[in-house]
Amino acid sequence: MSLYAVQKLIYKLNRDPAIRARHERDLAGLLAEYDLTEEERNAILEPDIGLLYVMGVNGQLLMHYAALRGFEWSAYIEAMKEGERKYGPVRTGLYTRAEGRS
Amino acid sequence: MSLVFAGVCSHAPGITGRKDRADPVVRDAFYTSFDRMRAALEAQRPDALVVIAAEHFANFFMNNMPSLCVGMGDVYEGPIEDEAWLGIQRHRVPGAPELSRRLIEHMMQDVDLAYAQEWKFDHGIMVPLHFLTPRYDLPIIPVNINCQGPPLIPLKRAYEFGRALRRACDRVPERIAVVGTGGISHWPATPDSGKINEQWDREFLDRFLHNRREELLAYRDDETWREAGQGGFEIRTFIAVAGATEGSTGELWFYAPIPIFAVGCTVAVMNIREQNA
Repeated sequence: MSLYAVQKLIYKLNRDPAIRARHERDLAGLLAEYDLTEEERNAILEPDIGLLYVMGVNGQLLMHYAALRGFEWSAYIEAMKEGERKYGPVRTGLYTRAEGRS
Repeated sequence: MSLVFAGVCSHAPGITGRKDRADPVVRDAFYTSFDRMRAALEAQRPDALVVIAAEHFANFFMNNMPSLCVGMGDVYEGPIEDEAWLGIQRHRVPGAPELSRRLIEHMMQDVDLAYAQEWKFDHGIMVPLHFLTPRYDLPIIPVNINCQGPPLIPLKRAYEFGRALRRACDRVPERIAVVGTGGISHWPATPDSGKINEQWDREFLDRFLHNRREELLAYRDDETWREAGQGGFEIRTFIAVAGATEGSTGELWFYAPIPIFAVGCTVAVMNIREQNA
């Protein structure tokens, strides 16, 4: 359920300016309201976009969160590649690598 | 008699958000095809445009995910994304709630639907509208097919939804246009963003443009995922248009992979006037 909570938080951030303001003002306090593992909490705090990707956060959510955290397009793509190099393949979900995907 | 226009197009956010990074020759040819589509749409004088989209968690999440949802709002707003990131300014977009309600009631005779009176448009609808209704003055009826968070609706039911939409259009006096929008093969929001399986796309488009129902419905999600990426699940929007135009064929007005847009950019229009004549 924990990955679900990470994704739910990002979904809300994308939709709700009030939560975005809270994210900017009091990120640690906001995260305390979600049932997250330490790894997930740290990945958001840093932010470690590559780790969030490897954890299995849906790319369509993460793309906007990366933009929110100031990642320019090429930097965002590179952060995902770096995540795979550093933490290994995507662990779960639709974004695991299919056989034959280069 | 009242489905007056049907087509499909791409909606990837790079189309507007990263326009300056594309090959200008290919990009401008793509944009010109969108302009042609707009002219063809306007020539049919539609009262409303139904956009069959595959949104990306702007409104619907795994806490309560509808397979099919139809908008019934007075007004919508978009894009939900950062305006500079998408390259589209925020607009209020008129809805057609009364017409929408009648269409939904007709469609419910055949398919199960959710409806929504609130809806924030993401790039999946705003990119097509940016080109097709740039004054944001045509009433829009958004439709979402969940293509992002499995389990996903089976292809045959996406097709049946399209047929139900067509029957509903035929039962109301308004002139209705339908545009389906999705990627064909693509790996958006991954390290492989920009990868496009052109051969797969062209095969899919051949089946789509000739409206070969059995061949369209023969795709399996596990194969699509391997060969066309997780973005390939969005073929459901095209397949719904195929259902809405059953028996008609289409014309491909543009197809070219544009890697920085992360999709094989597509514009195609169905020939439905002959069928309705």
